[in-house]
Amino acid sequence: MSTWLILGGSSAMARALARAVAAEGDAVFPAGRDKGDLEALATDCRLRGASEAEAIRFDARDASGFAAIHERMVKSHGPLNIAVFTGSMPPQDEIDADPSLITGVIQDSFTGPAELITLLAPHVEATQGTVVGVGSVAGDRGRIGNYVYGSAKAGFHTYMSGLRNRLTRSGAHAITVKPGFVDTAMTWGLEGMFLVASPDAVARDILNAVKKRKDVIYTPFFWRYIMLIIRNIPERIFKKLSV
Amino acid sequence: MPTHKELELTGWGRTLRATSQVARPEKRQALMALMADRPAPAMGRLRSYGDTALNNGGEAVDLTRLDRMLGFDEETGVLRVEGGARIGEINAAMAPRGWLVPVMPGTGFATVGGAIAMDVHGKNHHGAGSFGEHVDEMTLITPGGVEDVIPGDPLFKVTAGGMGQTGVVAEAAIRMTQAKGDVMMVTERRIADWDEHLALLDASEATYTVGWIDATAEGASLGRGILEEAETAGGLVPAAKRGKTVPFDAPAFALAPTVVKLFNAAYWRRVPVSGRTVVKPIEDFFFPLDKIYDWNRLYGKSGFHQVQCVVPLAAADTLKEILEAIARTGMASPLAVLKRMGPGRAGMMSFPMEGYTLAVDLHAAHGPERLAKRIENMVLKAGGRLYLAKDSLASAESVQAMYPEREAWAKAVAKVDPEGKLMTDLVRRLKLREVA
Repeated sequence: MSTWLILGGSSAMARALARAVAAEGDAVFPAGRDKGDLEALATDCRLRGASEAEAIRFDARDASGFAAIHERMVKSHGPLNIAVFTGSMPPQDEIDADPSLITGVIQDSFTGPAELITLLAPHVEATQGTVVGVGSVAGDRGRIGNYVYGSAKAGFHTYMSGLRNRLTRSGAHAITVKPGFVDTAMTWGLEGMFLVASPDAVARDILNAVKKRKDVIYTPFFWRYIMLIIRNIPERIFKKLSV
Repeated sequence: MPTHKELELTGWGRTLRATSQVARPEKRQALMALMADRPAPAMGRLRSYGDTALNNGGEAVDLTRLDRMLGFDEETGVLRVEGGARIGEINAAMAPRGWLVPVMPGTGFATVGGAIAMDVHGKNHHGAGSFGEHVDEMTLITPGGVEDVIPGDPLFKVTAGGMGQTGVVAEAAIRMTQAKGDVMMVTERRIADWDEHLALLDASEATYTVGWIDATAEGASLGRGILEEAETAGGLVPAAKRGKTVPFDAPAFALAPTVVKLFNAAYWRRVPVSGRTVVKPIEDFFFPLDKIYDWNRLYGKSGFHQVQCVVPLAAADTLKEILEAIARTGMASPLAVLKRMGPGRAGMMSFPMEGYTLAVDLHAAHGPERLAKRIENMVLKAGGRLYLAKDSLASAESVQAMYPEREAWAKAVAKVDPEGKLMTDLVRRLKLREVA
């Protein structure tokens, strides 16, 4: 039995993961800003078999709350696993009109969770837990449509890679997850979506990766090949594309 | 982020289609904001066969992301859930603790909101009544605001079986039923003909009873089938395997009359002459078809109609004539079901009445419209009714005559949704909300 702290717990992917680990009898702590919504999820998780479930207040832009989360998590049972689903993606034109939005995007998608993970890392090491960092294929290459979000996720990917390097020394582990298009409120009704995966399928892929101690996964798997192509387009050509 | 997305939708039978702007809120607050701003009919997993949840050219609210269990009281057995929660998921979580959804339709993919909107029945209708009779309270978001509705409120009878015309069921409290364990002890019996079929249904004292009927058998074999009687039990069975999908629309010959005839005969002989008692996982008994996620594709591109009717006990002969008419055309599918219903119904537009109910799938490619019309007329004459959750072919006049409280219901609905924002294709097709 392990404990899962799930940051960005209101997102559809986080919900799917929370329910899947609840069904296995783990303790689940969905964390985020919408307490009412997270409490509903916590109750749902308890009824699905979680040994314990409790909503945690977490605001990626407000580090003053992190100590309280740390205090709660060191009292948890079994390996401490952390899954990060936070991120925000305002439309690029809104960012262009108001560049001060960039700080928030980076806090939500990278620095906020990174700060909390770093704070909790000693406990993850001590309990040989796993950190699941959900990045994005958008972090693999900057594109005109979402490069602020993409660059925040690219930073997060690099953080995860370094964290993996650190955690592996104590038998703990870190997994970088790069989802393609997922059927969530963030993508609902957007133009140009294809091969959209369900949140449940992403959660299954994540749990599979945890069991097999994978390092970096794309979900669905074929995004590895799509991104291989996209990464290898010469910049000279790529800069003219709008993919 | 856009709130709406244009989707092409069909009912489960895939004969009727609609293009709608669909919103899919993931939080209660988003749902409330949406209903205050742009009230629209709710849709769940689109498991009704015809157009009950379709709104062509209009908007719809997809409730499937609001699907959590919000609380359970071990003392009273009352479970609070969001409207988009699936019956099968609730069962999977609750059955191991000894609790079952009190009334289960034939698919676990049906949502709680849909189960209320159609006031669904299950294999225990003769004893347990309809779904709405087990609802203690619902939180209804109407175009005018939020209402807590409890049995006894006039709005309750308008909403249960009310096809979503009073609003979106955001939350419901359901009285769960206690189970002896999380497996089913099922006794299967071969039935030779119609008379034996009815006699065994009448005599059954089991909690869950259903007859599978070979709707291709004629003459002396008319009405032959398999009676299944079941009780919950404690025990161990291997977990059900993950479901399969149908990768493409099947060609027309897949369910051609000869294939169905051969299949049905083999299916009937599968049960030994002596009968047998088997232990099954709960979902295998209640939702046998859910193992093939999109079995509706087996009917190919043209889709299929399901006709389900109920006739009063005294009109059993009419049902026999209907079965004869179906068997003669050879249009029936492998899936035909005969059941005895009790009187239980929760709403003014609920389907159940004490009597016998028959459900048959008809391949749309075989042109079953005339047969369906004949069935409609016979049911009407016998004082029975057609089930609107299944319907895609009926006429407004017949349906209105079959549901005596229809006009009173329409008047009550008009007070809640005066602008007709919640109207669906079914409601328009059958002129259900028209008031003289």
